[in-house]
Amino acid sequence: MEAAESEARLERAPAAERRRIPLVEPLIFVLSIASALALWELVSRTGLIAERDLPAMSTTVEKLWSLAKTEDFWGAVGHTVRGWAVGLGLATALAVPIGIALGSSDFLASALRVPIEFLRPIPSAALIPLLFLTLGTNVKSEIFLATFGAFWPLLIQTMYGVRDVDPVAVDTARSFGVPRFERLYRITLPSAVPYIATGMRISSSVSLILAFTAELFMGLPGLGQKVGFTELNGLYEELYAYALAVGLLGLAIHLLSTAAERRALRWHPSQRLGTT
Amino acid sequence: MTPRAYRVAKVGAEVTVPLAILAGWQLWTAHAGSQYFPTLWTILKEFREMWLFSQFGEHVVPSLERIGLGFGIAVVVGIALGIPIGLSRWARLWTMPHIEFWRAVPPPALLPISIILLHSIENRQKVAFISFFCVFPVLLNTIDGVRGADPTLVDTARSFRIPRRERIWRLVLPAAAPQIAAGMRNSLSLAVITMVLAEWWSSTRGVGYVLLISKNTFQMAPMWAAIVLIGLLGYLLNVLFLLAERRLLAWHRGWRAAEGA
Repeated sequence: MEAAESEARLERAPAAERRRIPLVEPLIFVLSIASALALWELVSRTGLIAERDLPAMSTTVEKLWSLAKTEDFWGAVGHTVRGWAVGLGLATALAVPIGIALGSSDFLASALRVPIEFLRPIPSAALIPLLFLTLGTNVKSEIFLATFGAFWPLLIQTMYGVRDVDPVAVDTARSFGVPRFERLYRITLPSAVPYIATGMRISSSVSLILAFTAELFMGLPGLGQKVGFTELNGLYEELYAYALAVGLLGLAIHLLSTAAERRALRWHPSQRLGTT
Repeated sequence: MTPRAYRVAKVGAEVTVPLAILAGWQLWTAHAGSQYFPTLWTILKEFREMWLFSQFGEHVVPSLERIGLGFGIAVVVGIALGIPIGLSRWARLWTMPHIEFWRAVPPPALLPISIILLHSIENRQKVAFISFFCVFPVLLNTIDGVRGADPTLVDTARSFRIPRRERIWRLVLPAAAPQIAAGMRNSLSLAVITMVLAEWWSSTRGVGYVLLISKNTFQMAPMWAAIVLIGLLGYLLNVLFLLAERRLLAWHRGWRAAEGA
């Protein structure tokens, strides 16, 4: 009864906030971005940072706009997006089941602790010379790198999440004779979901980073290749335009995963507390 | 199985599994004779010659210094910014668009830009680059952790008029601590990765530099020695971090364990 009351109160609070200030949220959003862009323009135009080093915001955006009219640009974006998507998908399919297994079995976690802790921090960039020689300069190397990088944060987050499950809930279920699979599905997994969702968010950006890194370091078609090319030729305006494009792509992917996270976590306090 | 036998088996597995993998590597490489995959023995010999300790001061020390400074700055900034942002809806409205943009930019895209802007390929640029990207795991986890603090506890503290500073120090921070630790752990391995990226791109010293040079000259043994060193570095840093975490979060584990018993 008490719990139901506090739930209802929490449900009501955000609605009241929303009614009181319907336009404030988008307004601050726009103001916040506008002021940052204006600051960029000012810093460059006033020469606080030389315009040669930091092209003005308007110059960069104009450059990006003219690039966006070319097929070449969208081809590069498509290559990078494909590397990200395949990398993240493969990493999730591998990391979540393995993370649950390692998180719920002390024995397995101990057995694989040293290899995992040794492989995890190896920067994927360090594997690029090997990939040159083994998989070759093609999309296979890009996908391998993206998967390898995205796998570890997701694995660690899943393990932390499974370990952080409330022991009272598990023991209660166990003493009520709830079968192992049911316990996993109804208690362990839901309580690990916030961690997994955060892991997905991190891995999603790691996957993009490594798809991009492979393109930059190995000269594979995509936005990375463009950044490398413009930097090498001293085309700083285009370099900034492509960097901005990479940032916007990253942001779009991030917003997508945040929206998915929010949908999956409507019931969790961290999502409800946000509006109080 | 008795608890004691289980513990022994666990420690045994922790020792034997890595040894089995290493033995497998040695057997396979000796059998295959590939020039890209030297035997374990060759790598270890190279490792000893390079890192113990003839090139340690020249290449390992600068890398460690960059990781340490970059990670340290990132943790302080991440927590210091994360608490107010996590607590205040207004701060989130103002800052989240920027946090979400900058954390989404792939670090290598900023390598040329960081050099252009800072006019440096020395520690100034390296540490700035590392700490810039290491802030985000700590910052995001601090924000999430602060927001995930039990609303009933926060409301209770508030209705008892516990001052804000006290509330943050005694309630919000402890509640967020496990998640901050998880973020710091991600951040620490990110520091090693960004260190290698930054040193790979343009430098005259450091482990990433050695990796690049040996790759460019197709010297497989030094390249593998550098990869092993980077893995070992990350592993040791992580062990140190876990030891510190276990000490600092002992109250958390103890509490969980007591609930479970």
